[in-house]
Amino acid sequence: MSGTNRIALILGLGFLYAPILVLVAYSFNASALVTVWGGFSTRWYGVLLADRPLIEAAWVSLRVALLASLIATILGTLAALALERHGRFAGRGLFTGLVYAPMVMPEVITGLSLLLLFVGIGLDRGIATIVVAHATFGTGFVAVVAAARLRGLDRALEEAAADLGAGPARVFWSITLPLLAPALGAGFLLAFTLSLDDLVIASFVSGPGSTTLPMRLYSQVRLGVNPEINAASTLLIGAVSLLVLTASWLTGRGTGEGGKDDGKEAGKAGGTGHAPA
Amino acid sequence: MADPLRAGAPETQPLRLANVTKRFGTHTAVEDVSLDLRSGEFLCLLGPSGCGKSTLLRLIAGFETPTSGSIGLDGRDLAGLPPHRRPVNMMFQSYALFPHMSVARNIAYGLKGLGLSRAATAERVEGLLRLVRLDGFADRRPDRLSGGQRQRVALARALAREPRVLLLDEPLGALDRSLREETQAELRALQRRLATSFVVVTHDPSEAMTMADRIGVMDRGRLMQVGAAAELYERPANRFVAGLLGDVNLIEGRLGADAAGPTRTVETGLGPIRASAGAALGPGDAVVVALRPERIRLADESGEGLAGRVIEVTFLGDRIRRLIRMEDGTVLRASGPGGGPDWPVGADVRLGFAPASAVVLPA
Repeated sequence: MSGTNRIALILGLGFLYAPILVLVAYSFNASALVTVWGGFSTRWYGVLLADRPLIEAAWVSLRVALLASLIATILGTLAALALERHGRFAGRGLFTGLVYAPMVMPEVITGLSLLLLFVGIGLDRGIATIVVAHATFGTGFVAVVAAARLRGLDRALEEAAADLGAGPARVFWSITLPLLAPALGAGFLLAFTLSLDDLVIASFVSGPGSTTLPMRLYSQVRLGVNPEINAASTLLIGAVSLLVLTASWLTGRGTGEGGKDDGKEAGKAGGTGHAPA
Repeated sequence: MADPLRAGAPETQPLRLANVTKRFGTHTAVEDVSLDLRSGEFLCLLGPSGCGKSTLLRLIAGFETPTSGSIGLDGRDLAGLPPHRRPVNMMFQSYALFPHMSVARNIAYGLKGLGLSRAATAERVEGLLRLVRLDGFADRRPDRLSGGQRQRVALARALAREPRVLLLDEPLGALDRSLREETQAELRALQRRLATSFVVVTHDPSEAMTMADRIGVMDRGRLMQVGAAAELYERPANRFVAGLLGDVNLIEGRLGADAAGPTRTVETGLGPIRASAGAALGPGDAVVVALRPERIRLADESGEGLAGRVIEVTFLGDRIRRLIRMEDGTVLRASGPGGGPDWPVGADVRLGFAPASAVVLPA
């Protein structure tokens, strides 16, 4: 790597991660004042654990993320199968667009439209509505990752299974699904991550008693930043980073011949995937 | 255990294709192919890439549906039968080994649903591993095998269900040259032992000639000719077949007016040539005479035959090839064993050949 490239890299990474590093560092600040360093301490993590509303919000977030990403994984897999395994059906282009649209749609629009929908059909806002909203955009991410993996799978594998006497159901459960599993795992984790740190959409569709962690943090920050928020954010960053790393490890893990290439492809899709996160 | 892999009672015609045509949109991949496979036969489908031979295999396996025509197995029409219900198995060009399963599980995949006990399945898998000389590899994953080993796993897996007909798509295509030649003989010996009918797709004429009982030559979706290698070599149906199997001189001309008989006169730039005519051709038709280089006898200037001059001599070890320019400028290739009279470059020679060894083909 040339000197110029190295400097560019350091500047780029610094631009992206310096604020986060500052936040993490100040979460270990003994002082109650955010801007004054008072020595190393983990006291704010203790305070955090005693903060009932915050812990409750974290639980809401986890439950929402788990349910939403499960739904997204199932729907996204079905969407990917329809796109990659059912030829050129009428409306395929439109369907592709519809599946991927929630990923690029401004969150405000997604949130507002879902709010209007829920109000329109008289659905009480709460955890269920957040789950539905998060599953909506999560499905697109799962579909992208799964479709990339399916494209890279040798069709002959499924044909060979059929040739050896396996009906369509056995082909799916014994060949397609196991080979798709790493991509689905990655898609699930991406959807989980996105759900975990979504603020905008959740703010639109949540109701009383269904405050998610990012919403809770945001409302506290409006009252003033304290080191406890830094500690909570640090934990959230840690969790999200772990999930994203696992996801990219899963997509990158090739299975057998040709696996490496489509792993890369899926990794790219994953890359665009967690950019907004 | 005698030979658990031996196919059932031999029948005369396991597989029958009747006027099979397959179109993809406006492109005709297979056109009006009729073919009877004999029981226990090793048939090679030979042709350049894109000639429709792989599509034909996929039609038999059930991955494609014929646009028209019928495919029958032991007298039963296969139309509408999905791949997993057809008593044929296929070995894929990419081998298509399941990467997430061990060698043994790959081979056992097709045995599920046959009503075999656990022990019988294990025994069958073991027998197949022995058959392809992979004993001890049962627990390996496919990505831990060499190319030749993968090829043999794919073969064992395709044989596991004791198919009536085994379809092999370029089975040796991914192997390197020395391994390929060795495997050709192995495949042939295995097929004889199992007495299963094999249909093998290949683009390599020498491979087809080495292995096959009969060769079906395909070009642009059509089955040009089916026959034993010697038959295709000596009596090609057209210039494509003649050129595919070995070197050949093609001399253009018009059929003479003599009555139809085993040999007829062709008016060519070299003068009248007598050659054997198989196809139904009328006097005056444009034709080519196909003449194998090794069927040309050379004689001294003083001898009989067509006059020409040697312009190039190539020593090929087992034979010597000469390029000979004829009086009208046509260049013919003649080859023969070394050790005979030495006609160097520039020598004037006479060319002769038996009329039976030259074949009149449609131009």
